[in-house]
Amino acid sequence: MSAASNQFPANGNGAPRPVAIAVEHIWKRYGDFEAVKDVNFSVTEGEIFGLLGPNGAGKSTLIRMMTTLIPVTKGKAIVGGHDVSKDPDDVRRIIGVIPQALTSDQDLTVYENLSIYAKLYSVPRGIREKSIAEVLEAVDLTEWRDAQTKTLSGGMRRRLEIARGLVHNPRIFFLDEPTTGLDPVSRIAVWEMLNKLKATRNLTMLLTTHYMEEADKLCDRIAIVDHGNLVALGTPVELKNSVAGANVVEVKFDRDDEAWPGRLEGMEGVTSVQPEGSGFYRVITKSGSKTTMQIVELAASLGETLTSLSVQNTTLDDVFIHYTGRQLRDEQVKPVFSMPPRPGARP
Amino acid sequence: MNRMSAIIEREMRKFFRSPMLMIMSLMMPILQLVIIGNAFGGKIVGTHVGVVDYDHGPQAVKLREAFDAVAVNIKTFSAIEYQSEVQAREDVRTGKIDAAIIIPAQYSRRVYAEDAPKLGFVVDNSDLFTSSALEGEMQSLVDALNAPVVQPRLTTTIALEVVELYPYVNYLKYLLPMTVALAMYISVMIGGGMLYIDDKARGVHEGYLVTPITKFELVFGLNIAGAIKAVLSGVCLTVIGSLVAGLGVVFHPMILLQMLCLIIAGSIAFNGMMFLLMVRVDDPLVPRAMFGILNVLLLYPSGAMYPTASFPKWMQVLSVVDPFTYVIHGFKSILLKDGGFTAIKYDLAFLLVFGVSTLLIATPLFKRTL
Repeated sequence: MSAASNQFPANGNGAPRPVAIAVEHIWKRYGDFEAVKDVNFSVTEGEIFGLLGPNGAGKSTLIRMMTTLIPVTKGKAIVGGHDVSKDPDDVRRIIGVIPQALTSDQDLTVYENLSIYAKLYSVPRGIREKSIAEVLEAVDLTEWRDAQTKTLSGGMRRRLEIARGLVHNPRIFFLDEPTTGLDPVSRIAVWEMLNKLKATRNLTMLLTTHYMEEADKLCDRIAIVDHGNLVALGTPVELKNSVAGANVVEVKFDRDDEAWPGRLEGMEGVTSVQPEGSGFYRVITKSGSKTTMQIVELAASLGETLTSLSVQNTTLDDVFIHYTGRQLRDEQVKPVFSMPPRPGARP
Repeated sequence: MNRMSAIIEREMRKFFRSPMLMIMSLMMPILQLVIIGNAFGGKIVGTHVGVVDYDHGPQAVKLREAFDAVAVNIKTFSAIEYQSEVQAREDVRTGKIDAAIIIPAQYSRRVYAEDAPKLGFVVDNSDLFTSSALEGEMQSLVDALNAPVVQPRLTTTIALEVVELYPYVNYLKYLLPMTVALAMYISVMIGGGMLYIDDKARGVHEGYLVTPITKFELVFGLNIAGAIKAVLSGVCLTVIGSLVAGLGVVFHPMILLQMLCLIIAGSIAFNGMMFLLMVRVDDPLVPRAMFGILNVLLLYPSGAMYPTASFPKWMQVLSVVDPFTYVIHGFKSILLKDGGFTAIKYDLAFLLVFGVSTLLIATPLFKRTL
């Protein structure tokens, strides 16, 4: 785990902010399968905290334990000062939850959806209308108040879900992959809206995502989760700095050769080399410019041709590779089902 | 209570925004009433009976005049002349005619001589309904012919005098209780079973579970909403079905009140049963698969179509615990017999106890977590 894991953001006076969520040695088992293994982290008030990881990493299981949806096998989760196992109702009163799926009723209007949830959260009749008007304003859906939910676009429906989770003015907001399935424009709109909500409502937010860019732009701190383990935790900058190399050089040789990884690793300042196939390599280095020069010189001396060469700063993608040993996008494209080989066919 | 009413409000708004759902839950029972009621309830008319007359005497003429009277009046069959018994038998076998009557030679002479006159009747008994109707009609004709021309002053034979307590009940009216019960069952199956599991699968319940709503509020909210939908279906079908079946009695305020009580009790029982069956189900295919099985398992043993007294013992046991039995018995007592609350008190009691019991069993089984 990253060394930055126990450092919380400070408030304006320099004192550490109070803890909103504390997860202590939490485990979740389904039979023999361990979905979450001994995870620890804390989220301070007013912070946007991201759980980053591929599908099946245990992010949703973690969020479901914290929101009282599934029981904790072992360990403790304190949300807003209440133990999720002992005082689930107290936890439910102070949290807002946006599930992964779009679950607002399509046959109902925007207002009706919000009104029903306001009643479910026992928002007093006297302030119900005001509260609905405020959340509609916050998510820019005021003019769609009486529209049937099925007539809204995907982005607008996601905004309605966010409004639904805010209608009772919660202190802590859980969002399970809030932008999954949205187009890039809608995704950016949701990010802007969440930042605005954080600023205006002093909300503590915990979100799960498998989008590196989302975690980078939105979160104050990020926890990388893989195979049920929390493998790294820190601010985006801290996580990037925790990777040994400062730059990533991406190089593609015209002719692939088994000797390339060894040659690249032998260069000065290079900390790791990741073969991507077909002569393409990602080289993590302390000095991008020096390594670039070395690669060009090496290729010239061997009479090899470079198809492409680029230098970039470390990204969360590199951080993820560093801590998990693989790329996040590899997990996204892994097929759920693959056809069995045809009988008699050669491998 | 506020949270429970929110669940009911959501369910009812959704129900009223889905007109197809409402139409489907009403259409099927009405179609069943009209189709089955007319298919099974009507008298047999327009069949054809071949007549092979080897006698041609006055008694044969008398018999054929009786056939003509039937063809003109009650129209059960019309007579078709045949010259050969062989041809008539062949035509019965091939389905050209439904039966054939053979008037043997010397028939008139034997009648006058009181020498055991006989008529042959060839019938296609592969069709039980038609053959029974024709046999019955022929027997009454023969009985009429056997009756003495001058009735004796004192009859020596025993006569059974039948007193019918209620007006004639045709099959359409007989089926109406089943139709109303079926409408309630379909409404519960769709509104309480399929939509409940679909909502679970879509994550709607996940949304409920993260709110402070209690298990009791959630279970009773869902069940009250389901029961209201079933009551609405039951009331609609009672009114529409009564108009279709010609049962004006239903519009009497007292009958309407009794029906409403029974519909409410039946809806609670059906909904409780459905919730108990579905409380741990997550797969949306399960309620769809169960729909047909439950329909057969509950409707037929209830005595909706045939009296339970004709069932084998195991089916009679099934009918005792089947809520359909009590709903249908109650509806029949009200609609066909005007029995009042006295006639339905045990039905009401069973249905309410059944509904509350199933809900009490289902509530602890309901998982407050995923």
